[in-house]
Amino acid sequence: MTDYTLAELCVFACSEAFRNNGEIVATGVGPVPRLAAGLAKLSHSPELMMTDGEAYLVEQPVPIGPRSYDDRKAAGYLPFSRFFDSAVWTGRRHAMVTPTQIDRFGQINLSYLGGTYDKPKTQMLGVRGFPGNTIYHANSFFFPSHTQRTLVPGEVDMISGVGYNPARRVAGGNYSGVDLRVIVTNLCVLDFGGPDHQMRVVSLHPGVSFDEVQENTGFPLARIGEDIPTTAGPDAAALALIAQLDPHNVRAGVFKGNPSAIREAA
Amino acid sequence: MPATLDKRMSAQEMVATLRDGMTVGIGGWGPRRKPMALVREILRSDVKDLTIVAYGGADVGMLCAAGKVKKLVFAFVSLDAIPLEPWFRKAREAGGLEVMELDEGMFQWGLKAAAFGLPFLPTRVGLGTDLAELGGLKTVQSPYADSETLIAMPALKLDVAFIHANRSDWRGNVHLFGADTYYDEWFAKAAAKTFVSCEELVDRMEDHYPGDAQYNVFERCFVSGVVEMPGGAHPSSMPPAYGWDMKAFKAYADAAKDPGDWSAVADRFVGASESAYLEQIGGKEAVAALPLPIF
Repeated sequence: MTDYTLAELCVFACSEAFRNNGEIVATGVGPVPRLAAGLAKLSHSPELMMTDGEAYLVEQPVPIGPRSYDDRKAAGYLPFSRFFDSAVWTGRRHAMVTPTQIDRFGQINLSYLGGTYDKPKTQMLGVRGFPGNTIYHANSFFFPSHTQRTLVPGEVDMISGVGYNPARRVAGGNYSGVDLRVIVTNLCVLDFGGPDHQMRVVSLHPGVSFDEVQENTGFPLARIGEDIPTTAGPDAAALALIAQLDPHNVRAGVFKGNPSAIREAA
Repeated sequence: MPATLDKRMSAQEMVATLRDGMTVGIGGWGPRRKPMALVREILRSDVKDLTIVAYGGADVGMLCAAGKVKKLVFAFVSLDAIPLEPWFRKAREAGGLEVMELDEGMFQWGLKAAAFGLPFLPTRVGLGTDLAELGGLKTVQSPYADSETLIAMPALKLDVAFIHANRSDWRGNVHLFGADTYYDEWFAKAAAKTFVSCEELVDRMEDHYPGDAQYNVFERCFVSGVVEMPGGAHPSSMPPAYGWDMKAFKAYADAAKDPGDWSAVADRFVGASESAYLEQIGGKEAVAALPLPIF
């Protein structure tokens, strides 16, 4: 088996979310999702569109980390000033982000933790574009720390993104754009393929058990079958592309100690 | 030119038009293209109880820290590399700041409603989240066969907007460069009065830069006053002229740590005057030398 790190396994698993998406804007926020979008475009899905992280569309994904300012080659233009018109509100986008919390309905939170709207205990970024993203286009998530603090019991503290919670859906609204795809964590890959969109374990990273995933999740999980497959990892060609997209090895800092994807025996 | 078309005024004169309780829009996005020199001028004034409407960065953090803000309309407040704006965070966690939290797209939709003189514009965005209930947003029903229920995003009408442009002439013919001008155009159109600071002010744009007219992102009928303030976006970025000053942002963020008393540190980040501020940070040459950020 090819030797790779947990971060590289996560990049590879995240990149699969962008397969067969068609000509849409693939947005990965944070090193792992961004490398995943780039890897998808360079390997199986060249039709994907993406930006340089600023305002230009590029056909050659821009490497992450320090580089010179003008070394991106712009093929198109998609500034924030037309992002909603072109990508978000037309549904031509798949974003992969890391919210602070997610719940069993796929509702996500980036706004605040604890307290109230008027006096939050911990103020975070604000909802940003989550409400619009989640009602209009595909979304996937990467959680580098899969715990009950991130995959929470009950509901998230402030619902910043639409999920599959019938109780929160105003009658008569059009929710046909809600499309939550994949959740990649440090332990496993999940989707919403269980009964009534229940979150479901579709693969386990090497050495991880379903029980360990369940213990670290704040709500009951479904499983894809009696036997849950092991998450597929990158081959030598994919690893070379990841290295090309991350020349400064930013990915080594994603997980403490940059562990191998294969756990050492306890 | 007729005297009325000469829109030159000082930053102090611009800020002197503000009254307590007004709704003020601030252009730019997070740590980018912020009219910080004009924000500093507000901080040097006595005006208070403002409703601030902004894609927030240090502009929002400073105004909150200084107690100028009664209500904040926002989708995020962030300095990018320093994701959580520390002074905004303190103000929120202390309570007492009224807020209307919006999605980034709803926010620009509200500016567009104001620009077109509409009471609201319909959108799906916000349905299924906490925004509608917490923000008091109402719904409307489509009168057509689909009968779809939609959020009625209220117009974000601004009394005044402040924008930092790359260039202007005396009449308010602006040029906005940079890879992205965000929603500056819509802040200008949503406001009863828009005041523009700029890196370079010329008498007649057509005599100097006739080839750059496509950078006139919004027309001069939306400009009430102009002032030349090179380095006026510092510490935010103003491409292609200069990048953000992450060292300055870091010092500003560090100053929010215990005890984090704004009145004790405000002088470092505001200064007694804009020239004093610029001198403090090494002059406009030091600002011009800041490299553009890489994403």
